Amino acid sequence: MSASLIAVRELSKVYPTAGGERVQALSRITLDVAPGEFVSLVGPSGCGKTTVMRILAGLLGGYTGSVVVGGRALHGPSRDIGVVFQDANLMPWRNVLANVMLPVEVLGLDRKAMRPRAEALLRLVGLAGFERKLPGELSGGMRQRVAIARALVHDPAILLLDEPFGALDAMTRDSMNVELARIAAEAGKTVFLITHSIAESVFLSDRVLVMSSRPGRIVDAIPIELPRPRGLDIIAAPAFAATVLRIRGLLEEGGAPATVTLAH
Amino acid sequence: MLQATASRLPRPRAMPWPALRAALRRRPELLLTPLLALALLLLWEAAVRGGLVGRFVLPAPSAVLVALGAGLADLSLPWHALVTMGEAAAGFAIAVAAGLVVGTLVAEFRILERAVYPWLVAIQTMPKIALAPLLVVWFGFGPSSKIAVAAVISFFPVLVTTLAGLRGCDRGQLDVLRALGAGRWRCFASVRLPNALPQIFSGLSIAVVFAMTGAIVGEFVGASAGLGYLIVQANARMDIPQVFAILLVLGAIGVLAYALVQAARRRLLFWSPQAEPSRT
Ligand SMILES: Nc1ncnc2c1ncn2[C@@H]1O[C@H](COP(=O)(O)OP(=O)(O)OP(=O)(O)O)[C@@H](O)[C@H]1O
Ligand SMILES: [Mg+2]
Repeated sequence: MSASLIAVRELSKVYPTAGGERVQALSRITLDVAPGEFVSLVGPSGCGKTTVMRILAGLLGGYTGSVVVGGRALHGPSRDIGVVFQDANLMPWRNVLANVMLPVEVLGLDRKAMRPRAEALLRLVGLAGFERKLPGELSGGMRQRVAIARALVHDPAILLLDEPFGALDAMTRDSMNVELARIAAEAGKTVFLITHSIAESVFLSDRVLVMSSRPGRIVDAIPIELPRPRGLDIIAAPAFAATVLRIRGLLEEGGAPATVTLAH
Repeated sequence: MLQATASRLPRPRAMPWPALRAALRRRPELLLTPLLALALLLLWEAAVRGGLVGRFVLPAPSAVLVALGAGLADLSLPWHALVTMGEAAAGFAIAVAAGLVVGTLVAEFRILERAVYPWLVAIQTMPKIALAPLLVVWFGFGPSSKIAVAAVISFFPVLVTTLAGLRGCDRGQLDVLRALGAGRWRCFASVRLPNALPQIFSGLSIAVVFAMTGAIVGEFVGASAGLGYLIVQANARMDIPQVFAILLVLGAIGVLAYALVQAARRRLLFWSPQAEPSRT
């Protein structure tokens, strides 16, 4: 475990609310992500997944426990981490290409040199030809794909993805899953994915962490022993179905509503 | 049903330009509004000539037109209009600069908000136009006192909308920048300010009208040039047609200023759905 890129120990987070009471969002979360590993976090709505991600992204403080990223205690945001939020959060006044180039500008990288990369990423997410469009002219799923390209443009070693494909149709979602698996494998990226889809988590991950709610805690970590590279046909494999069922069972024990546990 | 009625009526004389005809069919108000105005003007003229309304209460449109022509011909109207517009523009510029700076500081710094905001609210509720006589005493009879009045009353709409716009910022967009380690200034320039622009522009459209009002009132109180000064003079002479002519010029200036702000808004806020005010 000493080789983990992300090491979280006994992480607890309490939100103060406007009413004065306190919401225990996370309770003593411990998790590790090894370099190059693909880890998914599944759990019912409101169990604290986004809270975990915001802490890892350096956006949320006021927690107890320790968070170590890359061997150093987490100290605010890091350029080695790319984040895709639950909402696309594009800047409506920037066109698609300018939105993807935003990290390049903020980090002070060479714009001219990075432009072809931004265009290639847009092609990768299936948005070639949409460079000059404004976000207001795109569908929700297209916006989310722009956000994915934006998270990748500065080539971060770690990707944090908060339900990045929630707004996509099943077909696009499948092909985006294949692309994500390919990017992660080829670029050796470490990926931490939050998802509602058990099938998606099994298809993509080396390990699936199962969370339960109130307070949010990790109830189990399931290693996914399916061979790589995985094609979409692996969904038909008995081992795949068995793993999906096992995770679903864990979620039901945790009291998750049935809608959340429906596999894709 | 309308078409059925129209076909039974005698055919109107064919209009020479089909494009114009099509335009009028799509937007009949283009023809109806001027026609209505013309009808009202004729009625008005008839009422004054027939002695229904006193000449000093309501001058005939023809008399107003004559006064307007005379004022334009001897360049007195353009000259005084330029004076007033210059004062209003200077006051507006000061108000915009000050409103943006103060609004930004108050929105960005908690301490300032606590210390300054109650005062701003208190001043905001006061009718600032009442300061005009005082400002004329402080800044003299020249243009600077009019600039001061225009600036003081158009400052608040800019300030209030800047504050509201900067406060109501999208947290998700800020998160994107903060996750990249962006600093305070970067977040302001790349997210907060663009987000606030739609609101700021509503403030500007109010402020531009307020600035004209301020300049005119400043001239009422004491001046030797400007349209407000001219109105007071004409009023004292009971030259009501000239008063009306000046009001017409003021109306034209108001429309022009508003159109300028709207044009700037369309350029800058091409991305915002509210940028196009809905046609009603
Ligand atoms: N800013 C906040 N202030 C107070 N409570 C919060 C805040 N953000 C989240 N919470 C609470 O913390 C809990 C976990 O929220 P979180 O957003 O992490 O859930 P989630 O697992 O991401 O849910 P979903 O799958 O619906 O996105 C919820 O009960 C929520 O009400
Ligand atoms: Mg969430």
